[in-house]
Amino acid sequence: MMPNRDAADAGLDVIDSSSVIICCGSGGVGKTTTAAVLGLEAARRGRRAVVVTIDPARRLADALGLPDGLASTPQRIDVDHISGPVSGELSAMMLDTAATFDGLVKRHADNQDQVERILNNAFYRNIAGALSGTQEYMAAETLHELHGDDRFDLVVVDTPPSRNALDFLEAPGVLARFLDHRLFRLLMLPTRGGLKVIGTATQPLLKAIGKVVGSEVLADSVAFFQAFAGMEAGFRERADEVVALIRAPETSFVVVASPRHDTIGEAVWFGEQLVEQGVGVTSAIVNRAHPAFGEGSAAEALVSADEARERADDVLSALWANVAELRTMHEAELEVIAPLREIAGKDRLALLPLLDRDIHDLDGLWTIAGHLFAQNNDH
Amino acid sequence: MPPESEYPLQSLTAARVVVVAGKGGVGKTTVTAVIARAASATGQRVLLVELDGKPTLANLVPDLEVLAISAPEALDEYLREHGFSRIAKRLNRTGVIEVVGTAAPGIDDIVVLGKIKQLERSGKYDLIVVDGPAAGHAITFLTSAAGLSGAVHSGPVRAQADDVLELLHDGERCQVVLVALPETTPVNEVVETAFALEDTVGVQLGPVVVNMVDVVGGSSGAGFVSGPVATVIESLPGDVATRAAVSQLDDPVVAAALVEAAAFRRSRREMEAEELARLAAALPIPRVLLPARLVAGLSPIDIDALASVLGDPGVNREAGDDA
Repeated sequence: MMPNRDAADAGLDVIDSSSVIICCGSGGVGKTTTAAVLGLEAARRGRRAVVVTIDPARRLADALGLPDGLASTPQRIDVDHISGPVSGELSAMMLDTAATFDGLVKRHADNQDQVERILNNAFYRNIAGALSGTQEYMAAETLHELHGDDRFDLVVVDTPPSRNALDFLEAPGVLARFLDHRLFRLLMLPTRGGLKVIGTATQPLLKAIGKVVGSEVLADSVAFFQAFAGMEAGFRERADEVVALIRAPETSFVVVASPRHDTIGEAVWFGEQLVEQGVGVTSAIVNRAHPAFGEGSAAEALVSADEARERADDVLSALWANVAELRTMHEAELEVIAPLREIAGKDRLALLPLLDRDIHDLDGLWTIAGHLFAQNNDH
Repeated sequence: MPPESEYPLQSLTAARVVVVAGKGGVGKTTVTAVIARAASATGQRVLLVELDGKPTLANLVPDLEVLAISAPEALDEYLREHGFSRIAKRLNRTGVIEVVGTAAPGIDDIVVLGKIKQLERSGKYDLIVVDGPAAGHAITFLTSAAGLSGAVHSGPVRAQADDVLELLHDGERCQVVLVALPETTPVNEVVETAFALEDTVGVQLGPVVVNMVDVVGGSSGAGFVSGPVATVIESLPGDVATRAAVSQLDDPVVAAALVEAAAFRRSRREMEAEELARLAAALPIPRVLLPARLVAGLSPIDIDALASVLGDPGVNREAGDDA
């Protein structure tokens, strides 16, 4: 079947030329595993890599040899026992959205009193957990932080599942934009001198909102905007820095997909958005592709199955029929992948095979890395 | 109409509203389409609801009624219908909904569930199948009502939350169907979600649908059923028989490919069987298995084929009382 020599190039390119790798794609396509594989391969090549995941999947922690799970600060992974030489280092951590957000507030606040008023505010706690884009924002913030950390020279980050690649590009500005919100200005403008919040009763719109959602909720949000006053500029500045890093040439975007029509469609959409934004797709990785099992097409295997059946060799017939089914999947998958190959560039797309078992240890990740970067990639 | 004994479709459509939930990539939308198609084939008036603004569902069941519900539109509609037209207008104009949604998280989910409740009450449909929210959002989606009725003490949103809670707590009106794949992580996730939903929402759980199963027990046979390949691999030769059969072949490369392919398939199937057993042991609810198809993207034809599996009494259903 189609030799997949390009796989090696796709991987080499992205690991050696980047200091930040952002893995994006829709949910359930193996972004987290891909991020771990890239981190492991980078470590093999002598880099000091840290993988940040937003996925609390137990299995990854187990695969990395962390029985207590991933922590919210980088932990060194013991790579001495895998079946190949590793000259660099690998660390991993899980994104802690709320703690990262608290850290930002502490950095930008003028004093301890302001910090406490914000952290204790119900509306703030909702923002930290529920404002759309917060998770992406904190992932971007964390990667900025790690990028500046001398212990690491490569940060691999796994993004939250999202329909929109721009979510991640725009996420750092999410709070700044929120603070720019009309409601904020509605609350603040009438008393610009002292930034005193106006009484809800005097503002018909606020009165109306209070009627719908209840007055306690409204009071919390008013108190939140009040507590945040003065911090917008600091947040905006920081957001600009983070965005600059995400858009820097040393930052690579790897689009991850599974070989299914719908997820490829989303990966292509991601890719198009990235190209439009001028960042582009560095590589595309398609996980869990069915291997072809030898040369030849599904149709040929089916002919062999029929011939064997005519000779009353049922065992051989079943074996050929099995190959025919697996090759049918392989061929169908190559067909749906084509548009992604087009947008990523022919030699920037790598297919990773569906393995016969789940990955449950570092050697499993190592095997995958071997498929991605080995010279004779013949699946 | 359904016979006395339960079969997959009957248990999957035991409530008027069926919310299909599961993590990304497990085939939530497929299962939504298959349930709707199977129910429609028995003459039920079926409505599909999608929440993510994608056209996938409508493409899978082109002749069925699909309604897209978005939170801002549902809130707007609710306010207008309940005498808050002026607020609705102002909320939209100022774009305050985002702020309101952050102030009271779950408000967007509440108005969506409220809209579904309204459709259920309308009596226009025998069955409403909801393609639930994406990723890990199912639990927050379904707990929004309980959370909000604790936080908001009065007003129309509170009233809506109370109505939604009533719907969620009534097993005849609403049930959740969780979707998994026969693999480690999806099984873990479905088990966690099932317990979380039972603990926090108290919603009725329907059968768990396990999607893309290579081997499906029972009379319907096995494998990638009725795909483009005519032969169905019901029983793969074992390793010994395989080696004996390929020893007659002249080309060692071909022989190796046949051996490797058989070993691969056997290994995948073993893993699936282990995961199905683990799911059965962890969750005392029935499981419905949907066979994998030999395609890299489903079409309406595949949905029809899978729906006929659901509508076939006595197949592809594993008892849930063994755990």
